[in-house]
Amino acid sequence: MFANLDQVFILLKQWVVRFLPLGLQPAAGVVLCVITIVCVFPGLFAISVLMERKGLGRMQNRLGPNRVGPFGMFQPVADGIKSLTKEDIVPLRADGVVHFLAPVFLVVVVFMGYAVLPMGRNMTLVHMDAALLFYFAVGASTELSVFMAGWSSRNKYSLLGAMRAVAQMISYEVVLLLSSVAVVMITGSLSLDKIVEAQNQYTWGLPHWYIFTPWGCAGFVTFAIAAMAETNRSPFDLPEGESELVAGYFTEYSGFKFAEFFLGEYVGMLSISGLGTTLFLGGWSAPLEVLGWVPSWFWFFAKIMMSICVFIWIRGTLPRLRQDQLMNFAWKFVLPFTLLNLMVTALWHILGEGWQRWVVCSAILLVAYFFMARAGMHGKNFRPRIYRYAE
Amino acid sequence: MGFFFYVIAALTLAGGLTAVLLKNTVHCALSLTVAFAGLALLFLRLDAQFVGFAQILVYIGAVAILVVFAILLTRSSETPKDGVFSSTWLAGLAIAAAVFAVLGWAVLQSASTLPNESAAPTVTVEQIGQALMGRYVLPLEIVALLLTAALIGAVIIAMHENEEVK
Repeated sequence: MFANLDQVFILLKQWVVRFLPLGLQPAAGVVLCVITIVCVFPGLFAISVLMERKGLGRMQNRLGPNRVGPFGMFQPVADGIKSLTKEDIVPLRADGVVHFLAPVFLVVVVFMGYAVLPMGRNMTLVHMDAALLFYFAVGASTELSVFMAGWSSRNKYSLLGAMRAVAQMISYEVVLLLSSVAVVMITGSLSLDKIVEAQNQYTWGLPHWYIFTPWGCAGFVTFAIAAMAETNRSPFDLPEGESELVAGYFTEYSGFKFAEFFLGEYVGMLSISGLGTTLFLGGWSAPLEVLGWVPSWFWFFAKIMMSICVFIWIRGTLPRLRQDQLMNFAWKFVLPFTLLNLMVTALWHILGEGWQRWVVCSAILLVAYFFMARAGMHGKNFRPRIYRYAE
Repeated sequence: MGFFFYVIAALTLAGGLTAVLLKNTVHCALSLTVAFAGLALLFLRLDAQFVGFAQILVYIGAVAILVVFAILLTRSSETPKDGVFSSTWLAGLAIAAAVFAVLGWAVLQSASTLPNESAAPTVTVEQIGQALMGRYVLPLEIVALLLTAALIGAVIIAMHENEEVK
């Protein structure tokens, strides 16, 4: 019964496909999976936007959307209809073709990443040897879309936003890649399926997730920071800092094209949460051995939505960084720490089983963190904040 | 060689041609990206996953961005009044045709000297990794050293001349 529930989507697909002629069945199966992905994640996008608006409202001591439906629950529907019916304004001097292609390209590329994410037991669309490489390859193409949007609008704010976004995304992509390399080093495979399988083991009922090792914990933190910067989320949302740049690279977009950028941002967030889940949080494996009967896809989506909640929480908590702080943070703190983490991962592998490696690796990382933070603070004259009031 | 090969080849050629023929420099850079993507697809069709994805990651993710940045930072991306075509385009065309002819001749000649393999070799990413970390580790390290030297050189060039300026 529980085994069937675990594989319910696979069985459903096989049942639907059986009605078709034999030659068409493999292709139809793939098309069915693609349609499911393209429907499910925008659905989650709607839910996370609602969660974000309600949650931020709570954090900022206001109500959030509460007009459409009970507790404002149908707000995403209203938003969708609004953006579909709004006029699509293209600036007179804008570069028509590139201006049109930018949001389309973004959405396509963002959805391609889902092809390799294992969303449950046997629930990977494409089993690929180099799945992680594929994910990063398509992820790197989003920068181009951001640039296209900013440049084609012929607007100073858009161009500035695009330049900021691309600089930020390139800087943090290095960190994102290097913190994932640690996982690849331990697993010995670029295949996301194998990475999940390696974490789907239990000792004393506790899982072997990589986040529960010293290098995995450090890697997860750097990965999360880089993921936040990569998706242009607060506190790294300088490219769309509304107090400085109106809306950054999509200032000149309206109507459904704007909605496409919005969709791209959130679907990208969901996708990178899925990757982080797969790499460090055990993918679809259950957090405790006794919970193994719960369907695997439930755990995957639960972990993604938890990550989204953390994203929202951080957005509600931290102020925006300044551009120089952002770059210094990436190149002078996070990147050296990630490189050190790679060394520590190699050490962890060499030391082999035993308690020694836990002590040694944790000690190295903690001491390095302490001294690097001290070195970063050195020469920064921090004083108590002085308040000046208007007189 | 199949239907998809011709589609991808047409895409790549179209990207390359428009990169040369379009007037706006940023448009050229973007069509060059299309050509890069076409090449990556060709690699993927030959079952060379690693090379294909590395092509996308490096060329579309990094080189295209670099090209675009270089265009924006060096001079205006606006098209000059007198066009972007050089007055000696005929000589350029002749040289390009000659280079293409030599390359094409070399490729066609080398095909007959290669052993005729009946089955396509299957190379997994793991094997490439093993080869890079085992047999070819010295070239890899030398390339890494070279790139680091280039990086440091670029930083030194970009640094302020006098140290007082902060």
